[in-house]
Amino acid sequence: MSKPSLKQTLKDLETKKISIRELSQDYLKRIKEKKNLNVFIHFSEENVLKQIDNLEKDNSAKKLKGIPIAIKDLFCTKSMPTTAASKILENFNPTYESYVTQKLLDEGSIFVGKTNLDEFAMGSATNTSFFGNTINPLSKENEPLAPGGSSGGSAAAVAANLCLGATGTDTGGSIRQPASFCGVVGIKPTYGLCSRWGIAAFASSLDQAGIFSHNVEDASILLQSIAGFDQRDSTSAKVDIPNYFENLDHDLNGKTVGIPKEYSIDGTPMEISQIWEDAIKVLEKKGVKIKNISLPHTKYALPTYYIIAPAEASSNLARYDGVKYGFRSDEIDSLDEMYENTRAQGFGREVKRRILIGTYVLSAGYYDAYYLKAQKVRKLIADDFNKAFKECDFIVTPTAPSAAFPLNEKQNDPIKMYLNDVFTVPASLAGLPGISIPFGKDKNNLPLGIQILGKHFDEQQVFNAAASLERSYE
Amino acid sequence: MNNLIKGEKHDWEMVIGLEIHAQVKSNSKLFSSSSTKFGASPNSQVSLVDAAMPGMLPVINKYCVEQAVKTGVGLNAKINNYSVFDRKNYFYADLPQGYQISQYKYPIVGEGKVTIDFKDGTSKDIRIVRLHLEQDAGKSLHDQNPSKTYVDLNRSGVALMEIVSEPDIRTPDEAGMYISKIRSILMYLDTCDGNMQEGSLRADVNISVRKPGDKYGTRCEIKNLNSIKFIKQAINYEAKRQIEILESGGYIEQNTMLFNTSTGKTRPMRNKEEAHDYRYFPDPDLLPLNISEKEIDKIKSSIPELPDQLKNKFMVTYKLSNYDASVLTTEKQISDYFNQSINSDPDLKHNAKIVVNWITSELFSLLNKNNIELINSPVSPKNLGELVKLISINEISGKIAKDVLEDMFSSGKTARQIVDEQGLQQVTDQAEIEKVIDEVIAENPKMVEQYLDGKDKLLGFFVGQAMKLTKGKANPKILNDILKQKLNK
Repeated sequence: MSKPSLKQTLKDLETKKISIRELSQDYLKRIKEKKNLNVFIHFSEENVLKQIDNLEKDNSAKKLKGIPIAIKDLFCTKSMPTTAASKILENFNPTYESYVTQKLLDEGSIFVGKTNLDEFAMGSATNTSFFGNTINPLSKENEPLAPGGSSGGSAAAVAANLCLGATGTDTGGSIRQPASFCGVVGIKPTYGLCSRWGIAAFASSLDQAGIFSHNVEDASILLQSIAGFDQRDSTSAKVDIPNYFENLDHDLNGKTVGIPKEYSIDGTPMEISQIWEDAIKVLEKKGVKIKNISLPHTKYALPTYYIIAPAEASSNLARYDGVKYGFRSDEIDSLDEMYENTRAQGFGREVKRRILIGTYVLSAGYYDAYYLKAQKVRKLIADDFNKAFKECDFIVTPTAPSAAFPLNEKQNDPIKMYLNDVFTVPASLAGLPGISIPFGKDKNNLPLGIQILGKHFDEQQVFNAAASLERSYE
Repeated sequence: MNNLIKGEKHDWEMVIGLEIHAQVKSNSKLFSSSSTKFGASPNSQVSLVDAAMPGMLPVINKYCVEQAVKTGVGLNAKINNYSVFDRKNYFYADLPQGYQISQYKYPIVGEGKVTIDFKDGTSKDIRIVRLHLEQDAGKSLHDQNPSKTYVDLNRSGVALMEIVSEPDIRTPDEAGMYISKIRSILMYLDTCDGNMQEGSLRADVNISVRKPGDKYGTRCEIKNLNSIKFIKQAINYEAKRQIEILESGGYIEQNTMLFNTSTGKTRPMRNKEEAHDYRYFPDPDLLPLNISEKEIDKIKSSIPELPDQLKNKFMVTYKLSNYDASVLTTEKQISDYFNQSINSDPDLKHNAKIVVNWITSELFSLLNKNNIELINSPVSPKNLGELVKLISINEISGKIAKDVLEDMFSSGKTARQIVDEQGLQQVTDQAEIEKVIDEVIAENPKMVEQYLDGKDKLLGFFVGQAMKLTKGKANPKILNDILKQKLNK
């Protein structure tokens, strides 16, 4: 079988080489075969068939007509429940469709199901979900690997070819790191490019929707579909969305790539340093100028992130109180008890940990020392990038400090788990676009990812560099 | 003026500051497009945003921002070009988000002041610390079911302006005048409907007591008072409570108090230790508000005449006292009524004081008795003007005018119609009055004797008799003059 491609599939559908129904049947079959991976929180064959029926009756031309897409279960959807992988939203059925998923529906895509994630997108292994772990499709028998997280279900869905593309959200690396772990392409665009309307919030100033796909071309097509200004999201940007795919330019001759020295971290496995060097060499061959740059505040990014993100989360998750919707504990004798028991029973350990951290750093007497200082550092980190981008067109780094790790590793060591985000978090804090593409393997033949970061709203440059690197790797 | 209150041991002074919560007059809520109409059936005006559904985001209602800026201008306050919305985090059943979006460090409006006017003609400035925009919470209904609490989210997300004063207020009366003045300004600006009964305007009162000249004492905050009467009652009770504690050697705990409107007493709701840590931080869902000088100027130019300007105009144009003019400008409907009335006839200009009196005493008492708002008065401003005119040209007496007004009020007829139909014109014809007086003198020879013996007070008796015979229509001055003349002959 040739490598799956959304672009090619669209052509095949157009030339009637394959029908929407045949295509979907193929995917439905695989989804059922791969049930053991626990990729989906919600999957309903009936629902997929209904969508096919409707599309068959629809004669209008649509950009993604019939393309099977998986949706991270953090996006609210009308036709499927939305859980955020939490018990507290176990039976929640939104009456509304998120901006991003609505756009995909408008383009005629078929939603194959809602993918697993870390509870409220808090995690790096898709192992904090109330609905159990997702298994990395690249795992060998009896050696289950983590798919990364938080969007591990979406990354795995693409890697196992259960869809031609998937949505994810990235707060500190939740698209790029699982893309790297599962050997697929994952892009987190500039903060503000895609509306957050209808995505259950984790950390509002960092959350950004993005795309998983089999290749860079497909990502460029899908991102264009979900991007755009939305007046219902005050942080959504009023920018023109170019046709990334049409504008893809593999010629990087004369461009400058920034290589930040701070991303050479002690203890990074040799293989990771190796693929980074390989990528630089490839770029050099393509006529790209190599520029060593400095992002001096990089080492503060992780602690800064783990103050700001939990702070916002502690407030964002206050609405899950058992009053209006979602889970409510049965053991209630007073209003306070309702809150305590509902939230104690409804949230998992990692979510509770972050709510506690967030509540602490915002508390009277600690606010200045933690939250305010973190905001100042965040500004410095963003300034680092702004300065660096005066000297280069894009930046290349590894995506994650390791390949996919065994499923239960780091389960009980949150700090170790948080270190997964070390290369992805700085760009999140600065709101910059970043893509991870598969680039090389480790000694166990597991994929490793290279991350390309661009200037604000310069997704085109990110795609160009990624497409060019991808081609040379293939 | 002595503002001190007597304790058992010595005199005390109250130190009072108000936080007024004024609902912004706007068709939709601060961050959503749901309606703000009062009295709709529960939870019928709740959007996905108001109910804090997952993934819902607030979007600022620009009209509410303009209303706040307008109000800031009306309070003679500094408008801040940069302000920030913060989240105030706490759990309550009628607070769907688990936080209230408010403004903490950077309010939209900074320092200002308003002036209150006393009856004796003096005035006092009350300084404003700030005005900020915030969301209202929903409502918890505890009385619908013995074991359940219901939540109505219609009010959830409605825009409020919190107006915070300096502790410049010293008496319950001043507090009442201050809130009346704020209410008046808001209503002139049309930025709040001022309806205290419906909760559109309510106040938290901060109060402490001190010996004159001492530093401020520890204050207590009385929450959520929705009438001027309750504000005064609560202040009086709370001040007495604090004085009793202090005079018996105790100290005041910094508590948040609730006022029981049926007992007239305050009781503690929570103390300082139990106070919430609201964990304020800038709301990451909203961008900071930037308002340019140009936008502020545009809003300024749209502002109507404010009570103080109008008051000064009334004082200059109609030679009214500061107090009369300030009474006329407590509400827009009053000054509007006065304006229409006095402009209905060019001659009334010189009788402005009479117009004021007929509006603020006679007409108001009829309206009060019948529980009717001035704006719905059955007596139109023009008709009231005509009545005053009839008085001023001596066509009817003041006494008869009162009956005429009552008739106008109930029948809707004009003063002229009533006077003509019932023949109520004053009798000014000297000969006619002389005739009546002669009659009265002839019928009461004993009284005349006594009067001539020095019982001057009996003049009133003769006036009364003569009035009776003329059915009250005799011009009192002419009657008096002729009577004296005849008796003293």
